[in-house]
Amino acid sequence: MTTKKMAIIATKGTLDMAYPPFILASTAAALGYEVQVFFTFYGLQLLRKDLTNVMISPLANPAMPMPVPMPVMVQMLPGMESMATMMMKQKLKKHGVASLQELRDLCLEAEVKFVACQMTVDLFEFDKSEFIDNVEYGGAATFLGFAGDTDICLFI
Amino acid sequence: MNFDKEFDASGLSCPLPILKTKKALADMASGQVLKVLATDSGAIKDMQAFADQTGNTLLATEESGGKYTFYMKKK
Repeated sequence: MTTKKMAIIATKGTLDMAYPPFILASTAAALGYEVQVFFTFYGLQLLRKDLTNVMISPLANPAMPMPVPMPVMVQMLPGMESMATMMMKQKLKKHGVASLQELRDLCLEAEVKFVACQMTVDLFEFDKSEFIDNVEYGGAATFLGFAGDTDICLFI
Repeated sequence: MNFDKEFDASGLSCPLPILKTKKALADMASGQVLKVLATDSGAIKDMQAFADQTGNTLLATEESGGKYTFYMKKK
């Protein structure tokens, strides 16, 4: 049986959007897939050694369930983003959902390959030393070289 | 049912029960049976899907009062 492959492009750097790539990548690896995740634009934030600044905002996110209805004017106030993030993290923990850090570690342990988009690293002037070590750097052609042979390819 | 190893994934949500099952199976021998306890109702379908895709055999699934027990035989 040939090894199945999955490629994911992770483009978002918010707490909610960070979960799908790490969940799918770690699970696919557990199912025997060879997995590569290509991080570009805001997705690069998910490669930082320190993930505590990965946040969620209720602002412009009307689908986000809130304990009490909150007018947009209130959502704009300073500290609301931190509060929403703290509440979401508590909720995730309460429901036994792994932290991002844990899922990322499980990905690495399962040999999921992380590729960072060199162009957007340069564009945002990110310091590679702030990223975890297990990252390769490449561009669109690098991604397509792997993605062209995959069974599943997702843009998140 | 007889089993060779067991672990408790109670309180853990998707995908942790699956990832931890995979890990637990890693150091077991072919034919041995792993017992997994879980409370994630999504695990019922997921454990079967895991078995189908990895060649391991889900021998049985038991449910009692929101607690699930799975018996997975390593291929």
